[in-house]
Amino acid sequence: MTAHDPVLPSRPNAGGTTYVYDQFDAAFVRERVAEFREQVERRLAGALTEDEFRPFRLMNGLYLQLHAYMLRIAIPYGTLTARQLRQLAYIADQWDQGYGHFTTRQNLQYNWPKLVDVPDILDALADVDMHAIQTSGNCIRNITADHFAGVAADEIEDPRPTAEFLRQWSSAHSEFSFLPRKFKFAVTGAEHDRAAIMVHDIGLRIVKSPAGEIGYQVAVGGGLGRSPFICKVVREFLPRADLLAYLEAIMRTYNRFGRRDNKFKARIKILVHERGLDEIREAVEAEFAAMDRAPFAYDTQEFVRIAAFFAPPSYAKLPARSASLETAKLENRDFADFVSVNVAEHKIDGYAIVTVSLKPIGGIPGDAASHQMRVLADLAEKFGLGELRVSHAQNIILPHVKKDDLFALWRALDTAGLATANAGLVSDIISCPGLDYCSLATARSIPIAQAISRRFADLERQRRIGELGVKISGCVNACGHHHVGAIGILGLEKKGAESYQITLGGDPTFEASIGELLGPGVSAEQVPEVIEHIVEFYLAERQGDERFIDTWRRIGHQRFKELAWREGEDGSDI
Amino acid sequence: MAGLERPQILLASDLAHGDVVFLGASGWERDCHRAKIVYDSDAAAALQAFGQAEIAKNHVVDVYLADVAVDASGAPEPLHYREKIRALGPSVRRDLGKQAWLRRSGDAM
Repeated sequence: MTAHDPVLPSRPNAGGTTYVYDQFDAAFVRERVAEFREQVERRLAGALTEDEFRPFRLMNGLYLQLHAYMLRIAIPYGTLTARQLRQLAYIADQWDQGYGHFTTRQNLQYNWPKLVDVPDILDALADVDMHAIQTSGNCIRNITADHFAGVAADEIEDPRPTAEFLRQWSSAHSEFSFLPRKFKFAVTGAEHDRAAIMVHDIGLRIVKSPAGEIGYQVAVGGGLGRSPFICKVVREFLPRADLLAYLEAIMRTYNRFGRRDNKFKARIKILVHERGLDEIREAVEAEFAAMDRAPFAYDTQEFVRIAAFFAPPSYAKLPARSASLETAKLENRDFADFVSVNVAEHKIDGYAIVTVSLKPIGGIPGDAASHQMRVLADLAEKFGLGELRVSHAQNIILPHVKKDDLFALWRALDTAGLATANAGLVSDIISCPGLDYCSLATARSIPIAQAISRRFADLERQRRIGELGVKISGCVNACGHHHVGAIGILGLEKKGAESYQITLGGDPTFEASIGELLGPGVSAEQVPEVIEHIVEFYLAERQGDERFIDTWRRIGHQRFKELAWREGEDGSDI
Repeated sequence: MAGLERPQILLASDLAHGDVVFLGASGWERDCHRAKIVYDSDAAAALQAFGQAEIAKNHVVDVYLADVAVDASGAPEPLHYREKIRALGPSVRRDLGKQAWLRRSGDAM
């Protein structure tokens, strides 16, 4: 049984391959907006104290930060239509400061909304099937997915129907609305992990059994923050029919045994670490065996209903090779560089996946001005079947671009200052907002990202260095994913000043690893110099096409630590 | 009455707008330079008590005291970098926050 409209998608909101609200979804979101509007009115009238109001505003994604309120908007599995992005631009201009910040959870944050305006903003979001529900609080948060979902050449299955299935299951789930701590899912359906699933509370990998049946590898207990852990596989193959019931069993186990006495030990990663995988698996399987599974029985009709929204769009039949693309690459070196760095293989002949970097040299990682959002929305409609994605690396993806259109797209992006050819390179830095905005932060992170970006401004040099993930967090909560940066940077306070710890060897993929500390913290001014030394050492040591992480693994962390020690002894700033 | 190790000011966030505000001689001010400076523990406690009363009246939230230095003109300057950033706005967007508003309103920065 489903409360949803059983009619398959043919609705006016459809602008790409993404879920479209029916009357049930729309009514649910509107009711939540109306409820929050009343809560805001009661707060402003003094009928609610801040302690009473705080849980309500957090449930609706509203924080109070250093300078103002901050509203976090959910972008489920990172998929946006052009219409939705245009609305985000409108909200930025109407009620904020003309820009938004894309985050590592594929969300968008406005940094300057007024409390009195937030209900109107939420109504404007509801107009385009968006909301801010469960972007905060101790509940299941926005479910993230591979940003190349549905178009990646290495994909077994589009992970977004699963992510949407889980979103509907977890939205306003009464049993899991007050968990010991927040809870994060990520899903991938590809052979290469682009969604960092191994550092989530639950990471789901769509796999195929030897018999050809689609199911899930279920990993549990990963996470970053002050105590980073890599997920452990609790089930190698879970049939799709058991997905919801098995996840219920995990969540119930966590809800029952997860610690509530200490906020810093309350995540499921601590439970898995303290009890051990075997004990957790035993508890989950026991719950799974004992529970009444009927309410969570796999509803084929519902999954099919959801999956239909993500059906491939109508692609043109094109040759794999585009003659016009090859000619343009020969005639324009900058364009050729952009294609080699920011364009990925599409599963359909004649199409490509384009990463639009939100990391201009010296810019603020993840920030997009409203006029840039509108340009991206226009270009998505003109060249990309009206669809965009947000990556956890804080970039925008155009997932369906004809190879024949790449040159025209690049020219338009270049005009808008959006053609930086650095996807995956040293200046494609993940950075949290840090102490420039965040009340939890202990140091600034954006200026560090900007300084490193400027230091490595030469894009030709960046390409010579190759794939290198630099990730920066402004506190131990690790929103900037520093633990899984090949080079990770953590900003802390030391004797009343900002200090930065550097780690090496982090990896967010299926081969996930947590970075190891290089040495004592350094000042903000010293960070670019230290990174420069590390990169030069890597270039001197690398063999063949080794990436930074490959060289680090081959020669070992100690060699890099010795470098840091030597440089320090020579009197340099390391 | 005990002297404070360092002079202090009281700051908070405006409930309706979220803007950072500083307690001045006659109410909440948006400009840190107009904040009332206290030098002893009794005066600091009085500021705190006023802040708590303002929370109860639903005017502000997140009230706390911060250490400051006093410049040659007698104006307070936060000592910790966190409050320095709160008093001005994001260091990476000088066109936003109090720094931009103060420039527009012609106050010396």
